[in-house]
Amino acid sequence: MKARVTITLKPGVLDPQGRAIQNALGGLGFEGIAGVRQGKVIELDLADGTSEASIDAMCSKLLANTVIENYRIELL
Amino acid sequence: MKAAVIVFPGSNCDRDLAVAIETITGTAPAMVWHRDAELPAGLDLIALPGGFSYGDYLRSGAMSARSPVMQAVVAAAAQGRAVLGVCNGFQVLTEAGLLPGALMRNAGLDFVCRDVGLRVENSQTMFTARYDSGEAIRIPVAHHDGNYFADAETLDRLEGEGRVVLRYNESVNGSARDIAGIINETGNVLGLMPHPERLIEAEQGGTDGRRMFEALAAALG
Repeated sequence: MKARVTITLKPGVLDPQGRAIQNALGGLGFEGIAGVRQGKVIELDLADGTSEASIDAMCSKLLANTVIENYRIELL
Repeated sequence: MKAAVIVFPGSNCDRDLAVAIETITGTAPAMVWHRDAELPAGLDLIALPGGFSYGDYLRSGAMSARSPVMQAVVAAAAQGRAVLGVCNGFQVLTEAGLLPGALMRNAGLDFVCRDVGLRVENSQTMFTARYDSGEAIRIPVAHHDGNYFADAETLDRLEGEGRVVLRYNESVNGSARDIAGIINETGNVLGLMPHPERLIEAEQGGTDGRRMFEALAAALG
């Protein structure tokens, strides 16, 4: 089984990389971009039957830093 | 004083830290590899060096914070042992949960590598007892991820409890409330982004970092 973990910065946490991307898009002539937030995606190839609780523990113990990040798990 | 310096793959200030400790205390620290699950017996000080452990993969300090030796460091900290984290060591301490908050990408996105002005906000710690409260010092920084973040409640608690030990006197990296170094609740774990080990001898351009190690040597014997 596979799972995809999407990690995003919490609302209110400054994202200087997102802001730089936003500025670069503006520099390319794209208009109307109110904001850009950069996150990361981690794909896990797991033994069949791995519980969602176990994947959640992977996220909270290592994959995401819950001080600054939220995460979302999708089973694929 | 019996000290250990933890060495992670990608640490690059471990030797500087060891030289600083040996210069001040006269005793070379044990160099402990991150895979070791046990620390040498009878340690007074555990120092986590600067560098780019694990290439900053995932998040700065994230992988190192889960390495075998860190469980021993967390246990030692709980027993009251002094723990000093410099730069990447500070990032590891926050990732390991020994200090609150997180160190994020510098607000200006650039790697900042220069001497910065600092104010010693709390000299009543075993790390800063040789400085005066409010004293202005200059110590180099060299980091990409030094932008300290914590929620407002945590920041207020740190300020209220005198746990903001060092603050930048100038704009450096976007850190919340210009925080450069914080201490834990029990006063035995300090994390700071500046590198005091780089200013031990006049030949290095100054000695403003020296008193941190002198204070530790005095406090820990």
